[in-house]
Amino acid sequence: MILPPVPPAFYLVLSGILFTIGVIGALTRRNAIVVFMCIELMLNSVNLSFITFSRFLQSIEGVLFAFFIIAVAAAEAAVGLAIFVMLYRSKETINVDEVNLLKW
Amino acid sequence: MKLPEIDLYLIAPEIILTAFGFLVLLADVFSPRTEKKGYLGILSLIGIVVAFFYTLPLIGSGKSGFEGMFTADGFALFLKVTFLIIAFITILISMGYAEREGIAFGEYYALILFSTLGMSLMASGTHLITIFLGLETMSIAIYVLAGMLREDRRSVESAFKYFLLGAFATGFLLYGIALLYGATGSLQLKEIATYIASKNLLRNPMLMISLVFLTIGFGFKIASVPFHMWTPDVYEGAPTSITAFMATGVKAAGFAALIRVFFTALPQFRPDWTSIMWLISVATMTVGNIVAISQSNIKRMLAYSSIAHAGYILVAFVAGNDIGISGILFYLMAYAFMNLGAFTCVILLGKKGEENTLITDYSGIGFKYPLLAASMTVFLLSMAGIPPLGGFMAKVYVFSAAVKEKFYWLAILGVLNSAVSVYYYLRVTVLMYFREPQREITGLQFSPASVLALIIALIGTFYMGLFPANVLSFAQKSIVGLM
Amino acid sequence: MLVEYFTIGIFIAIAIAFACFAVLASHFLGQRKPSAIKQAPYECGMTTVGSSFRRVPIKYYIIAMLFLIFDIEVVFLYPWAVVFKEYRVFAFVSMAVFLGILILAYIYIWKKGALEWE
Repeated sequence: MILPPVPPAFYLVLSGILFTIGVIGALTRRNAIVVFMCIELMLNSVNLSFITFSRFLQSIEGVLFAFFIIAVAAAEAAVGLAIFVMLYRSKETINVDEVNLLKW
Repeated sequence: MKLPEIDLYLIAPEIILTAFGFLVLLADVFSPRTEKKGYLGILSLIGIVVAFFYTLPLIGSGKSGFEGMFTADGFALFLKVTFLIIAFITILISMGYAEREGIAFGEYYALILFSTLGMSLMASGTHLITIFLGLETMSIAIYVLAGMLREDRRSVESAFKYFLLGAFATGFLLYGIALLYGATGSLQLKEIATYIASKNLLRNPMLMISLVFLTIGFGFKIASVPFHMWTPDVYEGAPTSITAFMATGVKAAGFAALIRVFFTALPQFRPDWTSIMWLISVATMTVGNIVAISQSNIKRMLAYSSIAHAGYILVAFVAGNDIGISGILFYLMAYAFMNLGAFTCVILLGKKGEENTLITDYSGIGFKYPLLAASMTVFLLSMAGIPPLGGFMAKVYVFSAAVKEKFYWLAILGVLNSAVSVYYYLRVTVLMYFREPQREITGLQFSPASVLALIIALIGTFYMGLFPANVLSFAQKSIVGLM
Repeated sequence: MLVEYFTIGIFIAIAIAFACFAVLASHFLGQRKPSAIKQAPYECGMTTVGSSFRRVPIKYYIIAMLFLIFDIEVVFLYPWAVVFKEYRVFAFVSMAVFLGILILAYIYIWKKGALEWE
């Protein structure tokens, strides 16, 4: 029994929901690592969109873009975690509310 | 089977920047740890000069290649020249500053070269993948550079904030690109424009949302209000040489990508984004200038002033005519000279463990360090838009573009803002010449490289003010075929 | 519309049912003879000393980050492998350049001492 595939619009809605969860999480969470995970969620929701579009439009470019996003996200994660470690060493916290040396 | 078109001459400047970046990195690790590392800076300077000489022959050819992913048109090359000048001066400043602060590692110079590479990719990219990769190459290198002063909590904090907000903005930019791709089926800028025109997609909701997200993503990189909140914190905390690099290079690259994407891929939406950008431009100028008045730290003041300058540049972006876009190119180059010069003065007034970045620290230095104070005055006046300096001519072009397109209010608000800005720029000058020193600043060491940077910046500022026609005609020739 | 999710629904239902069955079956059918040693959190091996939330050497993070970066290159190797037969020399040279750059980075971290444990 082969049923018709899930329509592409569903994937796009899922991607939109994931993106929104990511944005809200990044704006409301206080732990830097959790904020960063929310940002990664945003990037992955974009990947989902790209792959859906790519399949729907029968063009390979979207999949390629997703590969590049994965690679860039990994580079960003490496740099980001290094920055968090550095911050923790100097301030003993990674709570974004307590990082407040610079303000007017 | 058809091989993709490859033209290595077209990307020669980028290849050279990459090669020298690695050369500097490896030269650092293969030399003994205890050795003085002054030659790393010189090696990077050589790299930039070589890249520059490979950029020049491309001018006027207007070629593009790599299946429409990359172009070496005038617009890209003008900006590449600007980026290379910015990187050159930044490295010159760094040779004194980084040594003083103990961060003159190979990584430091290599990352400057890599982020310059990212900038030129952003200027040359005609495909959204190229532009995105350029943007990230530049940004990731800058995240690290901002946190280079590991012992300084402010520097770490600056890197932290820049990283989180930068990654957040990248998410928005990518979602915008994804929607653009979904609506048009292409990532190549020209193909997107053709598709939109042929299908008449002007009221397509997906494209509308995409436009908003792209504006947010790029708005962050060029530090426009309301996406500017990170700017003062990051600029204040980062090492001063990197602040100068960010304020000039990153901003110019952000504008490059913004102009490329909006004018090449989305010209059909001009009426829509013009009205958004009008508001952003006015808000950016006004917030930048008004908040700059109340600052007590010179780096923070210059950060707000750089926000205001982004607003002036957006005035020309809104006008969007030939004068406007060539005016933006002129402005970016003039701003590079005067801003790098001003930050060089800020660096020269500090020493190890004593940054002297409060504005009150500048009181009375006019008599103690006359040449330093005089150069600082020149740069500040140029930023305020006083003739006959580069900043003045830049503002003239930008505002006249707005007048020509009948954006009278925008031009008037711009000029009024410019008048407000004179106040805080002159305040520093007044302090330098008409106030008694608040505390002794002694033992400053002027490294020869920084002085050379200062001289280059001075020459640039004066040249662009006194003989603007040369640069402007170059800029005008550069934008042929962009729109 | 939802009928399209029918197969997924069946799959989820079977998965849940099987998991429940396995847990419940061992609960009801299995024998139990508790003793002090069996109740211990670690049935075999050494008993833990001190808190399990300890500071971990920073080296772990460095190795993890480096692994992350070099692991991701595979994402480009797979599509490359798919088209390799079609493009042959061209594909080989392109990937050689890409891997060459990665090797330069590898030499850099090696000389930098990031891979040394002590």
